Amino acid sequence: MLMDLFKFKGGVKPPSNKLQSNHLPIAQAPMPSRLVMPLHQSIGGTPRPIVAAGDHVLKGQMIGEADGWISAAVHAPTSGTVVEVAMHVRPHPSGLDSLCVVIEPDGKDEWIARTPIDHNAAAPADVFHHLQQCGIVGLGGAGFPAHGKLTPTKGVPMDELIINGAECEPFITCDDLLMRERADEVVRGIAVFRDLLQPKKVLIGIEDNKPEAIAAMRAAVDALNEPFSVVAVPTLYPAGGAKQLIRVLTGKEVPGSMRSTADMGVQVFNVGTAYSAWRAIAHGEPLISRILTVTGNVHAPRNYEVLIGTPMGELLALAQPHPDTDGILMGGPMMGFLIPNPQVPVVKTTNCLIAHDDRLFPPKAPEMPCIRCGACARACPHELQPFEMYWFSRAKNFGKTQEYNIFDCIECGCCSYVCPSRIPLVQYFRFAKSEIWAREREKNASDQAKARFEFKQLREEREKADKAEKLAKAAAAQAAKKAAEAAAAAAESGADAAVATPAPEMDAKRAAIEAAMARAKAQREAVQPKNTEHLAPDQQKAADEIEARRVAAHLIEDRVSSEEATAAPTAQLDPKS
Amino acid sequence: MDILLAIAIMALGAVVLGALLGFASIKFKVEGDPLVEKVEAILPQTQCGQCGFPGCKPYAEAIVNGEEINKCPPGGSEGVQRLADLLGREVKPLDAEEKPKQIAIIDENTCIGCTLCIQSCPVDAIVGAAKQMHTIIAQQCTGCELCLPPCPVECIHMAVIPETIDNWKWKYPVVAMQVVAADKAAAIKEAA
Repeated sequence: MLMDLFKFKGGVKPPSNKLQSNHLPIAQAPMPSRLVMPLHQSIGGTPRPIVAAGDHVLKGQMIGEADGWISAAVHAPTSGTVVEVAMHVRPHPSGLDSLCVVIEPDGKDEWIARTPIDHNAAAPADVFHHLQQCGIVGLGGAGFPAHGKLTPTKGVPMDELIINGAECEPFITCDDLLMRERADEVVRGIAVFRDLLQPKKVLIGIEDNKPEAIAAMRAAVDALNEPFSVVAVPTLYPAGGAKQLIRVLTGKEVPGSMRSTADMGVQVFNVGTAYSAWRAIAHGEPLISRILTVTGNVHAPRNYEVLIGTPMGELLALAQPHPDTDGILMGGPMMGFLIPNPQVPVVKTTNCLIAHDDRLFPPKAPEMPCIRCGACARACPHELQPFEMYWFSRAKNFGKTQEYNIFDCIECGCCSYVCPSRIPLVQYFRFAKSEIWAREREKNASDQAKARFEFKQLREEREKADKAEKLAKAAAAQAAKKAAEAAAAAAESGADAAVATPAPEMDAKRAAIEAAMARAKAQREAVQPKNTEHLAPDQQKAADEIEARRVAAHLIEDRVSSEEATAAPTAQLDPKS
Repeated sequence: MDILLAIAIMALGAVVLGALLGFASIKFKVEGDPLVEKVEAILPQTQCGQCGFPGCKPYAEAIVNGEEINKCPPGGSEGVQRLADLLGREVKPLDAEEKPKQIAIIDENTCIGCTLCIQSCPVDAIVGAAKQMHTIIAQQCTGCELCLPPCPVECIHMAVIPETIDNWKWKYPVVAMQVVAADKAAAIKEAA
């Protein structure tokens, strides 16, 4: 099928390094010794743990419940025992800990009851709920919960649904192999997305360096008789970026300020997401495994189907790394990062592990001053000016970096790749972005503090005013009463019978108070210690003796008076009194 | 005659412009001092009084009236820098030691429920009632330490906010210094 393709500006062509790992079929990774499931594996709320240490879990049993709409559940990848719910390192550039559920597999790999859903019969809300409960998130890298992207923006017709099979980053071949081997289920998953979003057309974009994947997808589309077009897009990093792929396939340019591409009538999903969504809908299988590439400085690079939570070190050992391997890179060489230790688990968004060594990734020569050649600006796929943003980030002039639209930067690494002075531009941009976010948080916190402080002051003023007003009112009432009494006294001289009426009233009151006190006293005396019934005669005797001694020593009366004494200071402590 | 006309025109112009200026000064009158607001926006709003003023706004007013800009420990040296940039004054070292951001934590087993800390908290970040356990709303606590002195049982302590994945920041890229052999260094020097 022929269609006009568009181009995005910039981009680079790094050596693809995909041939090492794409000639072997996907292999099933063996069961690891233990599984560490970080609860936070998607954008949005952190799922709440619903299991505790010692619980037995089945394969596919939910262990973390979605927290809010933009959040997705996590599940036990196999049957076994929960060892602990504790802080462990998760794959994140910070190397910091987050809450994880650690499971020791029992080897039985026993499934929980699975419930498929008929997405044509069910209401869209139920399908979204099902996908959320199955923990389906975008597998392209960001990990946005899939159900959150399946609602078209109101008032904007959904023009194109784009399925991203570009896989532009070097070394990674997991989507390639997925499309070659499981094209049928990928296409069925795309059909589900199509049914939910109702787009005018569906475009599947695959880079033209994957002819087998393109052929397999075309065959699957034809076999299922779907009107999807499989488009070969030119190989150019980062053609797999959502905005770049939209640009290439539709010519639409997504403004940086736009939060969701659905506002422009376009939605993009990764092929892996379509596959796992289909598994969830047709088989009720939650997202507990994924395909990932193990490559780099290893003997046997290939793709594995891996349980989420598998320690990366164990996985790398399968591919027999060379002895000079000195680290594991998660993700590709352009956007990936070195993980802090080999115990870090695979998460839903892990698409590739690269054994790192100095031959494949020679250490960078020292950074040199910027010579203002503009190579970075020509390479930037977002038409930004990285050299300007670099100067201002370096000088910590963050306001200016925002004027140069630093938040449009997708951190693809093209600028760092082409920089002849080997400046780590992306690191500067990441630094600037996280500083700006931190300041934003601080600003919000200080605004809130200010508002609360001002409200407290206002409240105190108001309370003071209220009190003053009350006092004034009471004083006025007192004065009025006195005046009335004086008037009454003046009138009394004539009629002395009136004076007798208030006195009986007072007496009645006093009598009532005395009666109440007597009642309370009687009640106090009626209370008996609870364990004094059914005593043995000798116990009763001992108790009587003690009682007699206490009465003799006036202890009982003493106790009553000391109770009264303790009551007084507590009353003083209460500042309201 | 011409000269009279010229004077009349100038006078008329002066009257019109004067009226315009007078109108503008009433119509576009600025309430309060805008500079105070700008200074206050830089101050961290902890309301801690460590500067010697009862709150951030009084200190902002004092700064505009000539007070030193280095008296706000929670703002840190970065705050001093920003104030100096805004006001065109010289940057001075902070008049106190700089501390990492902290929040107060109540030991809930020791708390006797006296409500003294609740009254001292400038941002109402402590909940509790008389003879009931009190606790601090961590998100609202500014770390001002004003609740520490009133506590009769010393059950409040300050804790540094730990680094988590949510508040972690990318570090400033540091260029690694490399050791260069002496002869190589000489060669570089010669070439330069």
